[in-house]
Amino acid sequence: MAEVKKTFSIKGIHCASCVKVLERALSKVTGIKEANVNLATEQATVIYDENVCTTEQMESAVAGVGYQAMVDGEALDEDKQKMEKQRELRLLRNKVIVSLVIGGLISWGSFPGLMQFSPSFLQNFGVQLLLASIVQFWPGLDFYKATIPALRHRTANMDTLVAIGTTAAYAYSVVVTVFPQLVAGLGIEPMPYFDVAAVVIGLILLGRYFEAKAKASTSEAIKKLIGLQAKTARVLRDKKEMDIPIEDVQIGDIIRVRPGEKIPVDGEIVEGESAIDESMVTGESIPVEKQKGDSVVGATMNKTGSFTYKAMKIGQDTMLAQIIKLVQEAQGSKAPIQRIADVISSYFVPIVIMLAIGTFAVWYSVGPNPALLFALLNTVAVLIIACPCAMGLATPTAIMVGTGKGAEHGILIKDAASLEVAQNISTVIFDKTGTLTKGKPEVTDVLPIHNTKIKSEKLLQIAGSIEKGSEHSLAEAIVKKAEDEGIILSRVEAFQAIAGQGVKGKIGRDEIVFGNRMLMEKEKISFKEQESEIQQLEQEGKTVMLLSLNSELAGLIAVADTLKESAKEGIKLLQDMGVEVVMITGDNYRTADAIAKQLGGIRVVADVLPEEKEKEVKKIQAEGKSVAFVGDGINDAPALAAANVGIAMGNGTDVAIEAADITLVNKNLTSVAASIALSKQTMRTIKMNLFWAFGYNVVLIPVAAGVLYPMFGLLLNPIFASFAMALSSLSVVGNSLLLKRVKLFV
Amino acid sequence: MELDKILVIIFSLGGIGFTYWFFLMKNEKEVAADGDVIDIIVEGGYNPEVIAIPQGKTTKLTFIRKDTNSCLEEVVLGDFNIRKYLPLNEKITVELHPEKKGEFGYSCGMGMFHGKIVVR
Repeated sequence: MAEVKKTFSIKGIHCASCVKVLERALSKVTGIKEANVNLATEQATVIYDENVCTTEQMESAVAGVGYQAMVDGEALDEDKQKMEKQRELRLLRNKVIVSLVIGGLISWGSFPGLMQFSPSFLQNFGVQLLLASIVQFWPGLDFYKATIPALRHRTANMDTLVAIGTTAAYAYSVVVTVFPQLVAGLGIEPMPYFDVAAVVIGLILLGRYFEAKAKASTSEAIKKLIGLQAKTARVLRDKKEMDIPIEDVQIGDIIRVRPGEKIPVDGEIVEGESAIDESMVTGESIPVEKQKGDSVVGATMNKTGSFTYKAMKIGQDTMLAQIIKLVQEAQGSKAPIQRIADVISSYFVPIVIMLAIGTFAVWYSVGPNPALLFALLNTVAVLIIACPCAMGLATPTAIMVGTGKGAEHGILIKDAASLEVAQNISTVIFDKTGTLTKGKPEVTDVLPIHNTKIKSEKLLQIAGSIEKGSEHSLAEAIVKKAEDEGIILSRVEAFQAIAGQGVKGKIGRDEIVFGNRMLMEKEKISFKEQESEIQQLEQEGKTVMLLSLNSELAGLIAVADTLKESAKEGIKLLQDMGVEVVMITGDNYRTADAIAKQLGGIRVVADVLPEEKEKEVKKIQAEGKSVAFVGDGINDAPALAAANVGIAMGNGTDVAIEAADITLVNKNLTSVAASIALSKQTMRTIKMNLFWAFGYNVVLIPVAAGVLYPMFGLLLNPIFASFAMALSSLSVVGNSLLLKRVKLFV
Repeated sequence: MELDKILVIIFSLGGIGFTYWFFLMKNEKEVAADGDVIDIIVEGGYNPEVIAIPQGKTTKLTFIRKDTNSCLEEVVLGDFNIRKYLPLNEKITVELHPEKKGEFGYSCGMGMFHGKIVVR
């Protein structure tokens, strides 16, 4: 008997009684042991024997009581959304074709210069009325359907304008066709304008069609990320290997991954080794060698080896899920710059309607003859040319493409506001240890002091013993060195860690103090005689720690942390952008300066205790600088939060760094410059879009109203107005999509 | 000036006044959360448009889009970093846990239709 637990969505649940009905229906299916339906999540969870019961039986049981089960997960949000979008797009395309073909035919039969070559039936006003009515009430129905409920709420949008505009042209033409003598009586030649109504609808829908297609690709990045998710996992349970859906993987499951397979969830290798391509998640292009004890990230690709690993994070806790959540949140956020566009667009449509009424009044009362016709056509042109959509699309489309582009390169931007601030960064402060350097220092020198007769092995033994209890990265290096040399460490009592200074403790009767100069001064241990030696080591960029045994200096241990490969290039890129680079460190000035020299032209802030980093950030901000702080995100949270933009270097599989505005999961330091470049480019695109969207409306609405007529005799045909309007929102989306082409140096 | 022109001017001024009153002077009715769930119907805008929710508590907003207008297919709660696709005639729930009091706007994806969340 193979009992399986399965959770699936059910469509149509809306009350508690549905839950009862469904649970009863599912329980009746042979093989189902237990069925629970959740009203809030609209999901059913069943425990069943897969040898007895099939998913089809469950589906039909659910269908039997009037609901729809999505047992095989085909109802994934993204898929459903995609299918619905595609269906909508197909329908829209058909409407565009119908309205443009009909509009074309009517224009052929009515446009001066063209109509001479058209079949006579197309010139018949009755035929034109019939054709135009098809467009007005099938493709054009969308505009009415959007307008009527909006009016009920006393709101108006783009569709309201198109509906009023095309209805005016259509209604006038109907009157001309049905009562030509009425119009002739006003001294106007009875000519209908069915072509205007039909072509305007066709062109606006065409614009909307392309816009929908273009808009879909603004969110491509997130779809790609979602698509990365593995579907199944090969787990080892009860000494058997079995493929199970990824949703059923539990924490602690042992999963086997073979060459060329996708890693299903986050975890830690327990056996085997391999090279893993993590580029899809972290943007890191070179495959990473991993072995027992190393962490692996779900959705990355195993290249060469085969291994088993223990699942540590599943579902919403995996790195990929966190990245998706972060990007989704960023794409849903609002840039401060957008607020002005929002305010304007909420007044925009009513203002355009008022302008259109004004246009009608002016042309009718002081315009040339036939005044009614001029008044009508110019009013329609004003209504049609106004394009509030371009304003609405200007910011969000650019934010979506920009944040998506970042995510593809392992740059996760928290929200649009962070992106907006990042463009103005003038100073970047790097935390040294673990950010600019690998953060894994190694012991380079063990120097006992001659007159104490302590040998280097003993010195290392004492240092290793006392540092065993410390969590500092330097401590790790010393303990590792001692263990590598096969030294047995002693038990330490009264251990005490002094932040930013060192450690204290007792081994047997001996009192040990191990740390930097500050600690020695505090403990009143003299190190004057060793000062030149210490300085020499520090000039080489090494961190020197002093060890005292029973209040007497016993020796020095030097540790060096090497720079990351990308550090030099990352800093140069920032300097080329005119950004000042500062390195902040707890090391003394000399050590820090030695590192800074390797990097070239950077400012050093040394001797900073961890809790003082935040103060240093504020000090630099007080110089009038807009500051980005780059740190590891765990120890540097206050400094990250204090900076104008906090940039955290992602660590392992954790990307949910609260204090950071930008998280770099690719661990590449060139991404800092890339983030600033991306924000500058995105903001430039937004500004261009807004300028274009506002400029377009400010310039063309008056032109459509006919302000150029008195001087140049220029008027805007409503058909051209609709063409311009379709092009306008399209160009804004198109401009945002150009952001995809930005080259990011990561 | 002929009578028809005078009439057109009078009606146009009336039309402008009416448009202003109709769209820009409407009273926003505020709806407070009854329990921790508020249903918002998306049809020609948001109904209710202005909702009041408590600070520091989780409130679920359930959007049901009944309008085919593509403008309304997404809802954006910018202050809460939420952008959601609203499939037609389906309930989409958004959870809010506001920490700050104040008024926060929400809108459709294109910023055409607006609503307001008042956190008390």
